[in-house]
Amino acid sequence: MSVQAYRLEDGGRIDRTAPLTFRFDGRAYAGYRGDTLASALLANGVRTLARSFKYHRPRGVLTAGSEEPVALVQVGGDPATTVPNVRATELELYDGLEAFPQNCWPSLGRDVGVVNDALARFLPAGFYYKTFMGPPLNWMRFEGAIRAAAGMGRSPTAPDPDRYEHVNRHCEVLVIGGGAAGLVAAREAARTGARVILAEETGALGGGLLAGAPDAVTIDGRPAWAWLAEIEAELRAMPEVTLLTRTTGTGWYDRNWVTLAEAVLDHLPPAARDPRLPRQRLWRVRAKAVVLATGAIERPLLFHANDRPGVMLAGAVRAYLHRWGVAPGRRAVVATNNTDAWRTAFDLAAAGVEIAAIVDSRARPDERLLARAQALGLPVRAGSAVVAAKGRSEVRGAVIARADGGGREDVACDLLVVSGGWAPNLALYAQSKGAIAWDDDLQAFRPQPNGAAARFAGRAAGAFDLAASLRAAAVAGAEAAGIAPEHVPEVADDGVAYALAPAPKPQGGRVFVDLQNDVTTKDIRLAAAEGYRSIEHAKRYTTLGMGTDQGKTSGLNGVATLADTLDKTIPEVGVTTFRPPYKPVSFGAVAGRQVGELFHPRRTTAMHEAHVEAGAVFELVGDWLRPRVYPQAGESFDDALQRECRAARSSCAVLDASTLGKIDVKGPDAREFLNRVYTNAWMKLAPGRCRYGLMCNEDGMVFDDGVTACLADDHFHMTTTTGGAAGVLAWLEEYLQTEWPELKVYLTSVTEQWAVASICGPESPKLAAELFDDIDADPQAFPFMSHTSGHIADVPVRVFRISFTGEVSYEINVPARYGLWLWRLIEARGAKYGLTPYGTEGMHLLRAEKGFIIAGQDTDGTVTPLDLGMRWAVKNSADFIGRRSLFRSDTARPDRRQLVGLATADPATVLTEGAQVIAEPAERSGRTPMIGHVTSSYFSPNLGRSIALALIAGGHGKTGATVHVARRGAAPVPAEITATDFLAGFGERP
Amino acid sequence: MGRTARMRGYSVWSLLREGVGGHRGWRPAWRDAAPKAAYDAVIIGGGGHGLATAYYLAKEHGMTNVAVLEKGWLGGGNAARNTTIVRSNYLNDESAAIYDHAMRLWRGLGRELNFNIMMSHRGVLNLAHDDGEMRQLKRRVEANRLNGVDAEWLDAHEVKEFCPPIHIGRDVRYPVLGATLQRSGGVNRHDAVVWGYARAACALGVDIVQHCEVTGIDVRGGVVQGVRTTRGDIKTSKVASVVAGHTSVIADMVGLRLPIESHPLQALVSEPVKPIMPCVVMSNAVHAYCSQSDKGELVIGAGIDPHISYTQRGGFHIIEDEIAALLELFPIFSRMKLMRHWAGTVDVCPDASPIISKTPVKGFYVNGGWGTGGWKATPGSGHVFADLVANDEPNAIAEPYALTRFATGKLVAEHGAAAVAH
Repeated sequence: MSVQAYRLEDGGRIDRTAPLTFRFDGRAYAGYRGDTLASALLANGVRTLARSFKYHRPRGVLTAGSEEPVALVQVGGDPATTVPNVRATELELYDGLEAFPQNCWPSLGRDVGVVNDALARFLPAGFYYKTFMGPPLNWMRFEGAIRAAAGMGRSPTAPDPDRYEHVNRHCEVLVIGGGAAGLVAAREAARTGARVILAEETGALGGGLLAGAPDAVTIDGRPAWAWLAEIEAELRAMPEVTLLTRTTGTGWYDRNWVTLAEAVLDHLPPAARDPRLPRQRLWRVRAKAVVLATGAIERPLLFHANDRPGVMLAGAVRAYLHRWGVAPGRRAVVATNNTDAWRTAFDLAAAGVEIAAIVDSRARPDERLLARAQALGLPVRAGSAVVAAKGRSEVRGAVIARADGGGREDVACDLLVVSGGWAPNLALYAQSKGAIAWDDDLQAFRPQPNGAAARFAGRAAGAFDLAASLRAAAVAGAEAAGIAPEHVPEVADDGVAYALAPAPKPQGGRVFVDLQNDVTTKDIRLAAAEGYRSIEHAKRYTTLGMGTDQGKTSGLNGVATLADTLDKTIPEVGVTTFRPPYKPVSFGAVAGRQVGELFHPRRTTAMHEAHVEAGAVFELVGDWLRPRVYPQAGESFDDALQRECRAARSSCAVLDASTLGKIDVKGPDAREFLNRVYTNAWMKLAPGRCRYGLMCNEDGMVFDDGVTACLADDHFHMTTTTGGAAGVLAWLEEYLQTEWPELKVYLTSVTEQWAVASICGPESPKLAAELFDDIDADPQAFPFMSHTSGHIADVPVRVFRISFTGEVSYEINVPARYGLWLWRLIEARGAKYGLTPYGTEGMHLLRAEKGFIIAGQDTDGTVTPLDLGMRWAVKNSADFIGRRSLFRSDTARPDRRQLVGLATADPATVLTEGAQVIAEPAERSGRTPMIGHVTSSYFSPNLGRSIALALIAGGHGKTGATVHVARRGAAPVPAEITATDFLAGFGERP
Repeated sequence: MGRTARMRGYSVWSLLREGVGGHRGWRPAWRDAAPKAAYDAVIIGGGGHGLATAYYLAKEHGMTNVAVLEKGWLGGGNAARNTTIVRSNYLNDESAAIYDHAMRLWRGLGRELNFNIMMSHRGVLNLAHDDGEMRQLKRRVEANRLNGVDAEWLDAHEVKEFCPPIHIGRDVRYPVLGATLQRSGGVNRHDAVVWGYARAACALGVDIVQHCEVTGIDVRGGVVQGVRTTRGDIKTSKVASVVAGHTSVIADMVGLRLPIESHPLQALVSEPVKPIMPCVVMSNAVHAYCSQSDKGELVIGAGIDPHISYTQRGGFHIIEDEIAALLELFPIFSRMKLMRHWAGTVDVCPDASPIISKTPVKGFYVNGGWGTGGWKATPGSGHVFADLVANDEPNAIAEPYALTRFATGKLVAEHGAAAVAH
């Protein structure tokens, strides 16, 4: 194990009493609790963490936070829990952590992909658009190799064992960002008693203050870190304040609906993760006001080989010094265009790092800074810039030149600290369609507040001096809560006001703008030369900002480079669209608990237990699990089906019909409403009677059907198909609410309130008579298509004399809690009548024997009531949904596909459902014209032959004609067109 | 037969030559034209369909005095926002005809345009999760077969073999019972299609005008006279609207009301990873579709947001549902990360099929209403629309998509039966 040679003697917010070991790239290292993987590796002198996307160049650590473009690693080697593309700069170290470098083979040190770098001149932006096209399919030959070279980390290959949660919250003020500004804003808002949520991305509150010495500044007379501890304690003591750490604001949606992604357990060693807690949470917060305290992102400088490990942002270097006690080099060059990076130079010097030069592109840096540098003996090159980094794989030096190109000097260094200035971090605000505007003084985009909803605190507001920043924060927090600020913190700092000049332009060479996707200034110039001049085109052509960092550190340099190329200003070029999430969020967290059994929960009926006991085979119908058949011991599926269907017509059978959609329709206009939504007439249906109805969509196509009973003049019980229940209710509500608001009708889903057992067959009247306390079951006295209420063993029931099999039937509805009892009672009392339970498959077969349709099987959204031969169900007396469409010229054509029966020439041949019907006895060699398809097909035990229903062009006029049913790999099956009712003349008719 | 575009050739040789020469010889892929005062035809909309229309007008019909007017940047609408899935396994004869026409054009398109559109025929699976879906998908496979569209049925184990990351365990809410496979289906690179068509059309003489919004259409005596734009008036006798997401808005400029509703449609990508998804998987029941881009991102889509809107923004709950659906099919992707999500606006017709049509206004043509299915049709759509614009009559493929079908009822209903994630 290597020593932590770059760890400072003391300092940092690491726990030096808690040493940790971890592995990276197959080697063991030591670190401390409080480290990130990046800080620990830097402490160990490891600077190359990754290989870049395209050229496989070595890449190190550029930043100290979530904006990191290149220090990406694969965490964990377990196929179920490994995570790709984790930013080492955010990954909190734990004991036993194992991380792997990505996108390199065979190893990080020796990566064959680096050959791409040698061939870089032949692989400019968009090179793949210009070649690999060859003859058709040729791209397919190259694609495999290109895909394998691209990508970054690796996907897990086994299911995720962890759990995720959603949390929903309302609050008055949501503060995003837990730096000093966020804390001040939260405190101001919380004074009013408002509910305040503050979300901080990292594991500690403090933000930028943690990237400075503990006493670098004083706030309200207290050293920075002491003040932080106090304000944190103050906020934690406020009952309406929720402080969240490791929680990132990821999306800002309409009307201040904000998503926050919280990493709950990822920072702990696996053994210490509380199994009761989720791995991550997604907070879904509706806030009255949002305060953006997301700080600022530092802009890198552009020069040759600026991607070398050892080139680091000035603010990040300061964070490694103070937050983690790491000096990431021995001899540093600090290159800047602004005042702020000088502080890094001073702090590095104080930590014992030799400063080879402070290079400021401004000709006249501030006197105070110059004096301090002089006092510390730090060499300064004003009016100069770094034009190149030196070193083959890591930084070994810098080339400095004056703005006029003269005075070139090579300076040895192992750390090249850069700063192109700071830009307010406005990604979330821009996502929410907030306006941003270019500020020339700031050389960055600033928020344009859009009214009451969004407020800006700290550096996100464009206030880069601490005093101004905290003043903005106090105002933002207070105003967000609707008051005036009370406590604006007093700040004492070094007094150097933030100032900068435009970033120096690169002097040629290979200058990287997007370090993750290997986009250089040449690529952007090439894009412009080839006409990709819109920033959106340039982005897409070069892949600028399209990596996992979404351009956080590259966006501005990309725009500036394009602007320079086109001789335009940055605001003229503009920025690309900001999209959520601010940083990548686990799919697991987005799905929350809505996975596995809770994805779309299965529904079971009140009688389910009895079906399981009876050994039913189930099928999914809509969300329901329904018994399909009840095979007995040793019985095949088909044999069981045939037995059940024979019983239904010869003795007595029972079906669990509970899943049919049931809608209670009530109100003075209920009857009128039904008359408008059903194709048939409802004005004269008397209480106590039932009627079958078809519903059409606006196109006149059948989309659902069912029987509706009149309970009272203003009260109906509607049934729908099982699968269509929710859709029908939504459809009816939409019409009531948007088209016919004048109708007084109230709809209530009562599907789950009633359990339904449907008994049918010649013996069913006897069984019914035995069951009912107070209902005359005689089919004459209780006629078909009527209903009544009564009791079974004193339990109230509603019985409908309706039939989907063509046999005498009683649909017995009981309150759902009596469902299982009723089922068992029917089974017990029915035994002597040969009662046989039957499932959905039997129901389908029985109804097909009778020629009854199943909406959704015999119809598919292209079938009218007329196509079904159900003209009798279409009223002439009044309008209904779809009526006008029904009588359009092409909808009324006689050659439309119409529902018919099919009888195969060989009665034993059962057609395949979905098979296509053709007119000719053989398929053609090319395209074979189709005239229809088989919608339902069974072997009928009661008829002793196969039966089928089909939709066939002009079918109603072709009874007796022979058609042919196509089969893959076999000759078509001849079949005769018949009527749909195969039992014609038997049983009850609707 | 048509003309051939004269372009500075893209090839491995030109790439090598330019590589040695520092890439100073490349010229703009297309000319960023300023609008002229008059054209023989004006195409509104510089997306895939609009540019394809312009290209085929020039190539097949010799109409080169044509302008494509784009209100923003070229290809910035739905062309930039779709999930790039290409397939032609549609149920109805009319649909199979146009989508398979497109499929034939896709095959050689990169070479024809001399622009690699990365057409990857990696295969499209449409999953069945219950008996109803099995019935519908088998019906579709049979119809495809008889229509000459490549399609086959795979059982669950064959699905797993073709797409190893998928979960085919039976004890889930939506078990995979089988799937249709169209091997010629796949994905391509949407931007490349836009740029390739633009470059080829421009080489044939078409003017491509960006940042030029049409604000009105001049009609006199029921005949188109020209368009008004933010960059001046343009005279023309033929105006072709190809503006996915705003078809009704343009039609309204000539007083035409279309049976179209516009909805947000969202999509998302994961972070890039090494190849894991070999094909395209679509499921109607769980409502998600997924493929992996050449760059490594999982590209995921679902159904439309139910509300009507032009905002190009959807609800996050749809994204949540979409990802939950993805995890039902691919539980191994739970630790992958959502990198970016976005929305476009799609124009949906009542029968879920497009409008490619003349209109009661002479010289005004509409191509729109593609719903969520527009991308895969791009070359076919442009090809038949160019024919319509040039000849003022639809060809056999375009004919079923006439606007008059909504009056006569001769719908091409694809939503009810197709059992595909529209």
